[in-house]
Amino acid sequence: MSATPADGAPLLEVADLCTYYGRIQALHGVSLSVPSGSLVALVGANGAGKTTLLRTISGVNRASSGAIVFDGRDITRTRSDLRVRSGISQVPEGRQMFGPMSVEDNLRLGAYTRPAAQAQRSIERMYAMFPVLEARRMQPAGTLSGGQQQMLAIGRALMSQPRLLLLDEPSMGLAPQLVAEIFAAIVALAKEGVTILLVEQNAHAALSIADFGYVLETGKTVMSGSGRDLLADERVKQAYLGM
Amino acid sequence: MLSQTLQYLFSGLTNGAIYALSALGFSLIYNASGVINFAQGEFIMLGGVAAVLLTSAGVPLPLAILLAVLMVAVVGLLLEKFAIEPAGDADVVSLIIITIGASIFLQGVAQVVFGKGQRALAPFTGDAPIVIAGASLLPQSLWMIGTGAVIVLVLAWFFGRTRLGKAMLATAHNRLAARLVGINTRHVLALSFVISAALGAIAGVVSAPITLTSYDVGIMVGLKGFVAATLGGLGSGVGAVVGGLILGLMEALAAGYISSAYKDAVPFALIILILFFMPRGLFGARVTERV
Ligand SMILES: Nc1ncnc2c1ncn2[C@@H]1O[C@H](COP(=O)(O)OP(=O)(O)O)[C@@H](O)[C@H]1O
Ligand SMILES: [Mg+2]
Repeated sequence: MSATPADGAPLLEVADLCTYYGRIQALHGVSLSVPSGSLVALVGANGAGKTTLLRTISGVNRASSGAIVFDGRDITRTRSDLRVRSGISQVPEGRQMFGPMSVEDNLRLGAYTRPAAQAQRSIERMYAMFPVLEARRMQPAGTLSGGQQQMLAIGRALMSQPRLLLLDEPSMGLAPQLVAEIFAAIVALAKEGVTILLVEQNAHAALSIADFGYVLETGKTVMSGSGRDLLADERVKQAYLGM
Repeated sequence: MLSQTLQYLFSGLTNGAIYALSALGFSLIYNASGVINFAQGEFIMLGGVAAVLLTSAGVPLPLAILLAVLMVAVVGLLLEKFAIEPAGDADVVSLIIITIGASIFLQGVAQVVFGKGQRALAPFTGDAPIVIAGASLLPQSLWMIGTGAVIVLVLAWFFGRTRLGKAMLATAHNRLAARLVGINTRHVLALSFVISAALGAIAGVVSAPITLTSYDVGIMVGLKGFVAATLGGLGSGVGAVVGGLILGLMEALAAGYISSAYKDAVPFALIILILFFMPRGLFGARVTERV
C-alpha cells in the first residue's frame, strides 16, 4: 500500500533523505509529506530510523543527501536554531529535560527564540493545559515523574509556538493511564490546528488518532495510507499490531 | 599566635581568589564542551603580561587593565574559532590535546614578546600594608579578594537571572535539548571561551603586582585552578569558588605550619586524594534525571 495524503498543501515535504552516523547509514532515502493542519503518524520497529528522521528534520543530525522542504523553503542545510525560529519544534525521545533547572525555567527556555515579554503568557497557557506543572513550577525538572516530564517536554516544545510539532515516542515508558492522557493532549493540539508528525512504536495508538500514516523499516518508508487503512492492513497488523 | 594564623588566612584567601577565578574558567568551558581547557593558565599569564607591557609603554593603568582583559578575551575567541571549532566533532581527548598545544604556543609567543624575565605590575593603590590584629595585608590583596567577590556576584546574576546565562546552563545540562529549543550551541561555546579568557585575564592583572608575572607563570596557576575546580566538582560554579578558597587556605597553612617547601605539593597531593575518594568533588553534578 502506498499513497500520499491528499488534503491540504504540504507544510513539510521530505524527499529521498539519507543520514549517516559515521559510516553507518541510518536513513536510506526517506520520503514523506505532512499536510498543513494534519496529524501524521510514523510507525516502525525499534532501530528503524524514526528518531534519526526527526533529528534530521530538526537539523541536529545532518542529511547527507535528499531534501527537506518546510513551508515551501528548502531547509536541508539550515542551522537547527533557525529551523526552530521558522516554526519547527521537537519533543525529543527520552524527554531530555534540563534536569537541575526548574519546571518554569525549562518552559521559559522553550521560548528562547521569542521575545522574553511574550513568554509569560505562553507559560500561563501551558499551566492551563497541564495543571500539575504549575503545582511544581519551582521544582527541578529532573525530580518529576516520567509522565510529568513528558508533559513538560511537550509544553517546552509548544513554547516556541511551532507550526510543526515533531513528537518522538511520547508514550515511551508511561503507564497506560498516562499514555491516554498524553494522547488526549496530542489530539487536542491537533484540533487547535497544530500540524503534528507523531513517531511511535505504539502503532495502534498512533494510527488510531492519525489522519495519515507511514511505516518506516530499516531507514525507508515502506508503506503509507490513511490511519484507518493502515490499521486494517494485514501486514501492518502482523508486524506492528501483534495480531 | 592568632596574628600568625590570621596572616596565613589572608595569604590563603588572596591566592584562593585567583584559584577560584581560574577554576571558574575551567568549569565554564567544561560545561559548554566537556573539554578541560589546559590553556586556562595562559589566559592568566597573558592578562598580567599584557598589562605590564601596556603600562611600561606609557598607557595609564586603568586603561591598560581594560585593554589587557579585552585583548585576552579576543585570544579566547580566536582559540575557540581557529583551534576548537574546526576540530568539529572530534572527541574530547583530542580537544584537550589541542588546548595543551594552544597553551604551549601562547607561552612561546609570550616568551618572544616579553622575554624570559619576571616583571611586576605597579600595585593599584600603593603598597603600604594594612595591619589588622597584628597581621598585615597588602592593599593589592584586598583588590584580589574584592575583585574575586565581585566577579562571583556578577556570574551568579548572569547565570541565575539572564536569558543568555540560563541558555548557557541549559546547554551544559543537555546539549541536544538546548539545540532543539533553538539555542545556538556554537555561540555558547564561543562565549564560554570569551568569558573564561576574560576571567583569567582579570585574575592575571590583579595578581601581577604581588605574584609578579612571566611567560611561564600560567602553568602553575592553571594547574592549581584545575585542582580547585576538581575539588569543588568540575562544572559547578559554587564548587569552583569553594574549591579555590579551600586550596588557597590549605596551601597557606601548609606553608606556614609545615614548611613553605610543601606549599606547591598541596594541590598535587589533594588531586590524588580527590580522584580516589570523591571524583565528583564537593559539589559535582548529582544525578537528578530519572531514567
Ligand atoms: N548515535 C548513533 N550512532 C550510531 N548509530 C546510531 C546512533 N543512533 C542511532 N543509530 C543507529 O541508527 C539506526 C536508527 O536508529 P534510530 O533512529 O534511533 O531508530 P528508532 O528511533 O526508529 O528506534 C539504528 O540502527 C541505530 O543503531
Ligand atoms: Mg527512537
